[in-house]
Amino acid sequence: MSAPNAFQPGIFSGLWATARRDLLLAWKRPGDVLNPLFFFAMVCTLFPLAVGPSAEQLEFSGPGVLWVAALLATLLSLNSLFLGDFEDGSLDQLLVSPQPLPVLALGKTLAHWLTSGLPLVFVSPLLAITYRMPWSVVPIMMLTLALGTISLSLLGSIGAALTVGLHRGTALLSLLILPLAMPVLLLGANTVSLAAGNDIYSTGVWALGAYAVASLSLAPYATAAALRISNE
Amino acid sequence: MNSTLSAENLTLIRGERCLFEGLGFALSSGELLILEGRNGCGKTSLMRAIAGMLSLETGEVFWNQRPVRAQRQVFHGSLVWLAHRTGLKGDLNMLENLHFERSLRQQSARDVESVYSRLGIERLRKLPLRSLSAGQQRRVALARLLLADVPLWMLDEPFTNLDREGRKLVMELVEEHLAGGGLCVMAAHQDVEINAPTTKIRLQ
Repeated sequence: MSAPNAFQPGIFSGLWATARRDLLLAWKRPGDVLNPLFFFAMVCTLFPLAVGPSAEQLEFSGPGVLWVAALLATLLSLNSLFLGDFEDGSLDQLLVSPQPLPVLALGKTLAHWLTSGLPLVFVSPLLAITYRMPWSVVPIMMLTLALGTISLSLLGSIGAALTVGLHRGTALLSLLILPLAMPVLLLGANTVSLAAGNDIYSTGVWALGAYAVASLSLAPYATAAALRISNE
Repeated sequence: MNSTLSAENLTLIRGERCLFEGLGFALSSGELLILEGRNGCGKTSLMRAIAGMLSLETGEVFWNQRPVRAQRQVFHGSLVWLAHRTGLKGDLNMLENLHFERSLRQQSARDVESVYSRLGIERLRKLPLRSLSAGQQRRVALARLLLADVPLWMLDEPFTNLDREGRKLVMELVEEHLAGGGLCVMAAHQDVEINAPTTKIRLQ
């Protein structure tokens, strides 16, 4: 094996490197990925059992339940986003790296979404059946969930960065993130309801997309600043 | 290239306690700075402040005569950081860990295999780090220093968990680095025998 000759990393190598490392870690510890997914599936399957099997009621509440469960499952997984790095000193390595910190934070958030948000999107059709959701609505639900969970991961990374130095910061994290996550929940659930009722739903999808783009362009900077503050 | 690291009038207050006040130093290529003092006196805080992870009450750190705050990326691209917590992932093996390090900063043209054998870690490459002893993990972390092509080494208690040979090895590595024109800032509470121009700061 020959040595790399004075290798100089590029601007995006930090993004791929952090994303790749976190995906590798998730692969080696699948429990961390499966926990939020189980939570999501449990809430969605228990709800019809509790409220009764009336078709009308299930159709009515389905989008809301799916969305609340997705939001809570994402919040549940956010706590550990920077915790491992904080505890083993990797976070210090990121802080003193010449790579821009927002890019590194974005890499971590990307890996978080791929291991928490995306699995929810793929499991959701199975759960939608329980709620008698029409097949034509399922792709729209998946699209809104995908856009929504991107926003939630990005916004959540700010809260995770702010609370990383605190022990048991989960409750605080949820409180910090909920106001920012509310629009996602309202837009997501209502868009799916509208689509199920054969109403015009495209506005909601665009709004969710806009929210995701805004989070994508602003959240990494806020996360980086929060990481520096909470590591003082 | 000759590099310099200096600081003027550093003051750091944590909570109600003033850890140090009006502290300054100047270090240039080939020189070693040792921070001494009992536990909890602020060695690590001073290291973190120099590295730009803690904000100071007063004072400024300079890298090549320019304030570090004005050139964070250049400065961070010129240093490696090794602290008590190694910054390695227990679930990943040595190669995966070092591969990640590689994508963060400029790498030296050293032969990777000879670095591994020098540190005595050539047989550990496929094992998850969690299964290694603390001393072996520290040796893997030392590879970060040798694989990076940077002038400034910042070592916070580099001898932790190492056996006598390991400690000797660290001193040799630092000595070679300094002889090659590097700089080193080290916090240590043990006797350090390194043959190089040394500045000592004793924190109260």
